[in-house]
Amino acid sequence: MNSTTAISTLLPILPEIMLVVGAMALLMFGAYAGERSSGATNVLAVLLLAAAAVVVIAVPKGRHELFGGSFVLDDFARFLKVLALIGSAAAIVMARDYLKSVNQQKFEFPVLILLSTAGMGMLISAGDLIALYLGLELMSLALYVIAAFNRDSVRASEAGLKYFVLGALSSGMLLYGSSLVYGFTGTVNFAGIAKAAGEGGIGLIFGIVFLFAGFCFKVSAVPFHMWTPDVYEGAPTPVTAFFASAPKVAGMAMFVRVAVDAFPTVAVQWQQIIVFVALASMVLGAFAAIGQTNIKRLLAYSSIGHMGFALVGLAAGTAEGVQGVLVYMAIYMSMTLGTFACVLSMRRTEGYVENISDLAGLSRTNPTMAFFLAMLMFSLAGIPPLAGFFGKFYVFIAAIKAGMYTLAVIGVLASVVGAYYYLLIVKIMYFDEPAPAFRPMPTEQKAVLALSGLFNLLFFVYPAPLLAAATLAAKSLF
Amino acid sequence: MTIGLGHYLAVGAILFTIGIFGIYLNRKNVIIILMSIELILLAVNVNLVAFSTHLGDIVGQVFALLVLTVAAAEAAIGLAILVVYFRNRGSIAVDDINLMKG
Repeated sequence: MNSTTAISTLLPILPEIMLVVGAMALLMFGAYAGERSSGATNVLAVLLLAAAAVVVIAVPKGRHELFGGSFVLDDFARFLKVLALIGSAAAIVMARDYLKSVNQQKFEFPVLILLSTAGMGMLISAGDLIALYLGLELMSLALYVIAAFNRDSVRASEAGLKYFVLGALSSGMLLYGSSLVYGFTGTVNFAGIAKAAGEGGIGLIFGIVFLFAGFCFKVSAVPFHMWTPDVYEGAPTPVTAFFASAPKVAGMAMFVRVAVDAFPTVAVQWQQIIVFVALASMVLGAFAAIGQTNIKRLLAYSSIGHMGFALVGLAAGTAEGVQGVLVYMAIYMSMTLGTFACVLSMRRTEGYVENISDLAGLSRTNPTMAFFLAMLMFSLAGIPPLAGFFGKFYVFIAAIKAGMYTLAVIGVLASVVGAYYYLLIVKIMYFDEPAPAFRPMPTEQKAVLALSGLFNLLFFVYPAPLLAAATLAAKSLF
Repeated sequence: MTIGLGHYLAVGAILFTIGIFGIYLNRKNVIIILMSIELILLAVNVNLVAFSTHLGDIVGQVFALLVLTVAAAEAAIGLAILVVYFRNRGSIAVDDINLMKG
């Protein structure tokens, strides 16, 4: 093989190569240019992420396999990679003002985000258990460090420690599951596992259970959610915004791909697990958020609930269900980024505040922010015609078509309970006595909030592009 | 008595269980948690190598080597975070990791 063909066969993995090489280059740049370079590294990192997204879209259509099937780029991977890249870029953009005001401008921040995004790319494209594990660890190791990024803060380092211990435990469970699946099917390749799985013996089922327990940890689904509220509350806010967006997308991608690609013949067994996990997440997300006073903690429970809703689509196990999951993840990410843009603007002269009561009377002190935040809350609650409603609509339709009426009914009830605390925030913003005004919103936060707010408001006018992309992506798995 | 696949899997399962219990029952020291995590990863390696020789397939051993590598990186990051935590809190007792609850 001559060198030109060798390089052109690497085209599907080019985005990940760009991210890793770019991260190393930025690391050198930052190390030599010193602390003042953090502004430049931020800009370069965002440009790099945008370039990677362009390459992901520009790679010729169809399914590409690299390294003997370990790395797969299909429409499913394309859709989710673009989402993850957008989430990471938004996290870097929103972090700038925060890190500046808490005096934590360090060039390592965008570098770590780039590295974990490269891990997400590997994870989304993984075609066998080894690639899956390596991608997952590349993502998680960077995330552990980012969680403890503010290293002078007790809370941030405690969040990092908790995240590390529980994350490492979940990787261990996932690996133990992988080893059993490998042993009882004789291969690590997803297509090979699907062929060898047959009806599934007791050993294989054990493996699947451990594997799925690891996945549930990563997407913070009940009963493996306990790290989420603590890490969300303790980590610096832009880091929380990052945790809530891109890694969730990547985690859900690996969940769906393994379930659908590797275990189609034992679907009856894993569907039971997913149904339970989805139910428990939706219900816990709805009830546990009610008493919260810290908005980051509330959003943590909200994200647990949303993962439950997304998993309803996977529980259906059909192409339509997977399409629902993909649409849900896209909409969830836009809502989350918008909400965190608001949380990152909750700053008074004395510093950042995180209590829900600090939002009181926002409609009088900052009507625009209050309006957009209220719209996002309605969207998170799933009230039509906002985007959040459509996300829930598609997963529930898929569940009903698959005959899972109980799941759909309990899901709708859970979203009614969940609406209480979203509407409570709207009530506090519009009807309570005003708290002291926040400082003016930074430009980046304004941009992110405007984009996500308009997306959520106007999604119903022209939903076709997102739906078409999600349908195409879901088809590539079946 | 010949030692077969079942025995290796039993060793792996016991190590894994000890690791899990080490994380949940230990109330003293975070270092013990790090050791338990290593124990879990070693259990996985025992499993992988046993399956690999049983199946006559080299992929399991490659997987085990990669797990070893990642385990080293993971331990390094874990200890780094632990040092940062100790500097801020002045203790690494598990009972003291309780600033956020609820």
